[in-house]
Amino acid sequence: MGWVRRLRGTFSNSDSESDFDEERRFHIDERTEEYVRNGMSRDEARRMARERFGNATLAMERTRDADTFCWIHDAGRDARYAIRMLRRSPGFSLLAILCLTLGIGANAAVFSWIEGILLRPYPLVVEQDRLFAVTGTDKGAPGHTDVSWPDWLDLQRNSTLVEAFIGEKITGTTLSIGDRAERTNGSMVSANYFDAVGVRPTLGRGFEPGEDSGRNAHPVTVISYQMWQDRFHGDPSIIGKTQVLGGLRHTIVGVAPKGFYGTFVGYAFQFWVPASMQSQFDAGVDKLEDRGARWIEGYVRLKPGVTIDQAQAELSAIAARLEADHPDTNRGRGIRLFPLWQTPFNNAGALLPTLGIALVVVLSVLLIACANVGNLLLVRAFARQQEMTIRLSVGAGRGRLVKQLMTEGLILSTIAAAGGLVVATWLRDALALLTPPRGGVLLRLPGELDWRVMTLSAGVCVVSTLLFGLVPALITSNIDLAAALRSQSGGVVGARSRAWVRSTLVLVQMSLSFVLLVGAGLLIQSLQAVRSASPGFSTQGVLTTGIDLFTAGYDVRRAKTFQDDFIDRLQALGGVESAAFSRMTPFSYRTYSTASIAVDGYDAPPDQQPTADYNEVGPGFLATMGIPLTSGREFTRADNETAPLAAVVDETMAAQFWRGVDPVGRRVQVKGRWMQVVGVARNARYRNLLETPRPFFYVALRQNFSATAALQIRTKQGPAALAPALVREIHALDANVAPSEIITMREQVERTTAAQRISVTILVVFGGLAVVLAAVGLYGVMASTVSQSSRELALRMALGAGAQDLLRLVLAKGLALTAGGLVLGMAVALQVTRLLGYLLYQVSPRDPIAFASAFVVIIAASLVACFVPAWRATRTDPLHALRG
Amino acid sequence: MLRRHKKKDALQGTLDLLVLKILSRGPHHGYGIAADIQSISDDILRVEEGSLYPALHRMEHLGWITATWKTTTNNRRARLYTLTRAGQNHLDEEQVTWDRLTKGVAKVLRFA
Repeated sequence: MGWVRRLRGTFSNSDSESDFDEERRFHIDERTEEYVRNGMSRDEARRMARERFGNATLAMERTRDADTFCWIHDAGRDARYAIRMLRRSPGFSLLAILCLTLGIGANAAVFSWIEGILLRPYPLVVEQDRLFAVTGTDKGAPGHTDVSWPDWLDLQRNSTLVEAFIGEKITGTTLSIGDRAERTNGSMVSANYFDAVGVRPTLGRGFEPGEDSGRNAHPVTVISYQMWQDRFHGDPSIIGKTQVLGGLRHTIVGVAPKGFYGTFVGYAFQFWVPASMQSQFDAGVDKLEDRGARWIEGYVRLKPGVTIDQAQAELSAIAARLEADHPDTNRGRGIRLFPLWQTPFNNAGALLPTLGIALVVVLSVLLIACANVGNLLLVRAFARQQEMTIRLSVGAGRGRLVKQLMTEGLILSTIAAAGGLVVATWLRDALALLTPPRGGVLLRLPGELDWRVMTLSAGVCVVSTLLFGLVPALITSNIDLAAALRSQSGGVVGARSRAWVRSTLVLVQMSLSFVLLVGAGLLIQSLQAVRSASPGFSTQGVLTTGIDLFTAGYDVRRAKTFQDDFIDRLQALGGVESAAFSRMTPFSYRTYSTASIAVDGYDAPPDQQPTADYNEVGPGFLATMGIPLTSGREFTRADNETAPLAAVVDETMAAQFWRGVDPVGRRVQVKGRWMQVVGVARNARYRNLLETPRPFFYVALRQNFSATAALQIRTKQGPAALAPALVREIHALDANVAPSEIITMREQVERTTAAQRISVTILVVFGGLAVVLAAVGLYGVMASTVSQSSRELALRMALGAGAQDLLRLVLAKGLALTAGGLVLGMAVALQVTRLLGYLLYQVSPRDPIAFASAFVVIIAASLVACFVPAWRATRTDPLHALRG
Repeated sequence: MLRRHKKKDALQGTLDLLVLKILSRGPHHGYGIAADIQSISDDILRVEEGSLYPALHRMEHLGWITATWKTTTNNRRARLYTLTRAGQNHLDEEQVTWDRLTKGVAKVLRFA
């Protein structure tokens, strides 16, 4: 076929040239013979023949044009020419590349976060497309629950569409490091875990079938590569050695490969144990046989070709059967599947809206950057009008001009995309840096720059080239030759033929920046509201830490003695007002105990089983935390093992179960045990500031003991000041016990606002960037307007306009653009700010302060951007400008 | 290329027509084609070499003709062009068009 030859011709000129040479020689020879036959001398004949053939080079070029694809040659030529043009105006090129690098880099970074956190969050885990998160549902309560181990096993036994049930639960243990104990994260997993996720341990083995059954029957562990390196210095004969985890010696059977962090968004796990070891990591509470204890957070790997809907239908059917078989525990309970990126039980769910916002924000920034580069190209196109006019008038096709300009644009954005990937690489761990650390726990919120992200970024690069390059290219190539040749300067302010395009670009930039600023303003206010919101307990003057006696090997009796003695010692310290142990400290990432509840005279709807979360707290806990009582009393040391079981309920619980009657003196059944209500506590927040109130109650720690406990201390001292005394007092009792990190309750609360803070940071940084870019755009437009209108300005001056008048003229023109942008931005902002959704806490999406602040910032930035060109306008020298 | 193909001007079309017609009598090299056109038209039509060869190469790519290197009787290498099936079809079409065109032009000239 012709095109094959032509393609060959395109890349190997020499062949077709020598071919054509030979053909030409033959022709000339033949012609010469003809002339000789007609009686010419041979020399004469050859000369005539040559002459008649004409310009050999031209003929050859035209022949070769027929033999090649012109556009490939043209593309190479365009690229070389474009690079030359870009190097000739380095200021322009740098500015354009900088704008685009920021735009594309920000996009690539957010893409990489979305890929690394939401879409393919688990390095080394195979085929994450087929993984889905599994949670339980409860008809009586919104949100998700975990799944009990017996339910999990029943689902596994009865499902045909699921290839593997990967059950796991985040857990932790205390590893002592010198004087401090540090929490280390790990996971309790089903025995199939390593096979099901497709990860082979570097050393040793994963878990064997059956290792997840039998209470505490299999104290074996697979440790992370990092733990192997840090704690065991990469000991090659580590397999078979032991490590105390959860207070029990575990045999190390495997080392996970480097780069495997487990399957929990947000944390890098350090060890894995079989689910059979559960009670050892729950302070002795055995949940393996308990269908009512919901603790498994797992995944399913669907068989190839099975959709989430099919699997959901099957699991729901199984759950319905379980509901019928076990009404006492499973009434109203269902099972729900989520795509990985919506996983509700790890940080994926929490970061989803944040990353969504981030995506919108960076796309806006990219648009603004593109508008800027488009503007710059237009300014330059004006400067190159002469060149374009000449090229057009000597016969260049308009298509060729557009192609040439697009090539320039593509080169700009390709360089910027390369720079953008560098930016994205720097930003990979930015999310983890914005997320507060928890002592010793390894956070992991990485960006992932894989081929999908690269491809998407390349796509963004091409699309942005079209965005910023096409309009200028079309306008430039569409020069009216006659008009262009007539005059090159003069004109009236704003009356330039393509002024409207540039004005539109600025308008769009201004409105987008406005929207981003409003969003930033709203989130800042929201964050402030969150921070100043009362969690229902004191954040000032209360410190919290933890003492894990269970891991330290204490039995219940010794642990109780230790806790009592230690509280006495603490309260004897100067500066400590009170101190109390509890199983959990509020706003912890661990989960409260849950119990099914029954109350005399309260009938739950037939398909619901009322439940409530509770905390096991020591004497004086509520006073120490600053949670007031509305009725009755809190626990004292008298509420011990021999006393009747006691409970303190919160107002929500009192209202729901006793309907306005003071419950003090009445009884409540918790997990089948009747307890006496001794007090009603004011509502507080228990997990985070944004939770909706649900019934909550307290039971006495002594009567529901946990040797792994949090410690709350009411004191005027800071954590640093108190820490040495705390360690001293602990060591006085037992030199082998160490407290975990000591922080203020304020810090504890702040750590749960990470999603808001990340959103605010992203919006403020990129909103600021957007304003700067928009201001640069406005400046560019105004500056070139002024310089192109020098004759008009001079004329006005000559006719008696003062500097004031000119200043006003230019500023008015610039501010008119801004005003247009503000109107547009206002209209958009009113519509879109409610998309901020749950990130807005006690702030209306139409909050006037946020709108007003954004307004002021934009006006101020516009004034700055317009002032320099306006000032320059007043410096126009009328004589010079009019003569020139 | 595509555009040039579509927006082919009348003159170029004429050259194509003549070349294809000559080749319909049998394979020929460039010089031969030019010489034939000149002699058959009684020296009225003289083909510019600068136009002939690009036209030949172009028609080759369009698939109307094929080219092969052959050795001539006096032992020289010449590039011989042969009409293809597609070229024959194109020639037939163009010839009809051309006949109608000239007839029309002739009528107008007679009338005016």
